[in-house]
Amino acid sequence: FKTQGTFKLHKLSEGPASSVTIPNQEAKSLLHQMMSVRRMEGAANEQYRKKNIRGFLHLYVGQESCATGLRSGMSSVDSIITAYRCHGWAYLMGASQAAVLAELFGRVGGVSKGKGGSMHMYSQKFYGGQGIVGAQVPVGAGLGFAHKYSKDGGVNITLYGDGAANQGQVFEAFNMAKLWNLPVIFVVENNKFAMGTSQKRGAANTDYYTRGDYIPGIHVEAKYIMDVRAAMDFSRQYVLQNGPILLELDTYRYHGHSMSDPDDTYRAKKDIEDYREQNDPIELFKRSLVEKAVITEDEFKAMDKETKAAAAAAVQEALASPYPSQEFLYNDILLNERVSVRGCDVLTRFEHTGEGTPVVRY
Amino acid sequence: TQMTVRDALTKAMEEEMSRDPRVFLIGEEVGQFHGAYKVSRGLLEKFGPERVIDTPITEAGLTGIAVGASVAGLRPICEFMTFNFSMQAIDHVINSAAKNLYMSAGQHPAPIVFRGPNGASAGVAAQHSQCFAAWYSQVPGLKVLAPWSSEDAKSLLKAAIRDPNPTVFLESELMYNSVFDVSDEVLSPEYVAPIGKAKVEREGTHVTLVAFSAAVGAAMNAADILAKEGISCEVVNLRSLRPLDEETINASVMKTNHLVTVEGGWPQCGIGAEICARVMEGPAFDHLDAPVLRVTGADLPTPYSQPLEVQCFPVADNIVRSVKKTLGRQ
Repeated sequence: FKTQGTFKLHKLSEGPASSVTIPNQEAKSLLHQMMSVRRMEGAANEQYRKKNIRGFLHLYVGQESCATGLRSGMSSVDSIITAYRCHGWAYLMGASQAAVLAELFGRVGGVSKGKGGSMHMYSQKFYGGQGIVGAQVPVGAGLGFAHKYSKDGGVNITLYGDGAANQGQVFEAFNMAKLWNLPVIFVVENNKFAMGTSQKRGAANTDYYTRGDYIPGIHVEAKYIMDVRAAMDFSRQYVLQNGPILLELDTYRYHGHSMSDPDDTYRAKKDIEDYREQNDPIELFKRSLVEKAVITEDEFKAMDKETKAAAAAAVQEALASPYPSQEFLYNDILLNERVSVRGCDVLTRFEHTGEGTPVVRY
Repeated sequence: TQMTVRDALTKAMEEEMSRDPRVFLIGEEVGQFHGAYKVSRGLLEKFGPERVIDTPITEAGLTGIAVGASVAGLRPICEFMTFNFSMQAIDHVINSAAKNLYMSAGQHPAPIVFRGPNGASAGVAAQHSQCFAAWYSQVPGLKVLAPWSSEDAKSLLKAAIRDPNPTVFLESELMYNSVFDVSDEVLSPEYVAPIGKAKVEREGTHVTLVAFSAAVGAAMNAADILAKEGISCEVVNLRSLRPLDEETINASVMKTNHLVTVEGGWPQCGIGAEICARVMEGPAFDHLDAPVLRVTGADLPTPYSQPLEVQCFPVADNIVRSVKKTLGRQ
């Protein structure tokens, strides 16, 4: 598969390959993954409106090629960390759609047993799901540090947004990552808006791929999933040999920052429609697969139907999961310690009694 | 006049910005977006982008810049989108602002207000739902205010803006839409509440409930419930956590001989713990007929799932039970 966009390079003499060689079956699977993420987020959107989801809900719709493309180039030892727009990642890192949705519904079948909610999802090698803008970036560098320290051959992918790119601790992480040549792929998903602040109003330099200064960078037209994959393949090899790299994935979100953002003060609805018309990552990849006769229009339609049905089934499965029982309130505060926890008044204590199920004493 | 807490805060900023050209608002999304919680609606339109300043997401930097501006003589209102994010900037609140006057032996005051939503929120889990009152109220050189009603919000925010010291102003994230009656006196642009004075919201004789922020509402509800059982509660709305109005607390305890403190934050080293210590050290101790009891947030990170979350922040029932225990009426 040929890459379709142009890679802009910072402090690199050569960039990603201009083509990606993967089996047709894998290409189909990537399309399927993107469509699954979109359907799952669509289902979440609907369930939020039905009030089955509380608090914030940050959707990934429009950005599916970023996570899917990066994920496809990861090895099993690699780790990733991201911010609160994390549902797609949880799914791609092995959680079922039902487990992601159950988390959104606050059910015990959720990836964090209902304790984390929309912003705090985790799985093997997936370290969240972090709620404080930019704070995951040094933590990601630390994950990279651990890969290097343990010589496991893995790399860390640290994702953040164009808003987080202005946080000071991002630059502190850059400095140490380069100083110690940590195997970290810093990925800024530039969806153009930090909540309601457009990038031009928030950043003195909007060429985010250059903002690692001494860290080489690549600007990727992320609407093309094969470009993301090519950049990932290049970066993975690069960071194992040379230390950190910075990928700017140029992308766009179709929804507001979160569901509580009416998205009507800082951009026009038409901007979103126009973008979607021209640049939708699923549509673009589907088109190239049809052109190459990897799939037919009919197969695509069937896939569309199937992913829609799968998301609907996942919603039902998630809704059937019960709410977490009382013990989940007060376990996991400290590891391997059965602590007695004070409730809201002196008469309420949550106590673990011996090895059995913790009980509540009022 | 009926007024939401949100409108009271907006009005306070609008009046003080009209009154004093040195006052400006700085923070994330405070301008074009009108604040993440819409507390600054209309201010950009009225005062322009030189006085209502949108910043990038960069708490440490924007807070440091605001402190610098205050030290130079301006009067910044620094909005944290939520006080959860003030953790990114707490060094500037404590080390740059709170201590500046003392370190410079009085040469360089830092007249700045740090404000934003604090405490329990709904369905946003551990990193976005917690109370920082105890954290900030420990720091000498700061004033720390926590309004409950619209009257508190308007008159205390104005006081904070006029005060020549760095002030942390903790708004309840869940109370912006709450509506309260506001008197004509309080509506006057000249009316400012005294900092450091608690307000007795309800007089009573059997037990004193001391609370601040949203917990005052829970205490008022508990007082209603207990009144039906013949128990008369005096509800003290602290308003100011630093300085803490020991006089009002002591006077009330010396009248009722029983004390229950109520707050949304964690119990250990909390505001209630501090009040217990002050009462022990002061003249009211000998008037207590039973140990003081604290009603607090549960000693846990906040979970997302609703059936778990509801057990984490105090409601009237926690107060009712505690009052009955301290009165020996179980």
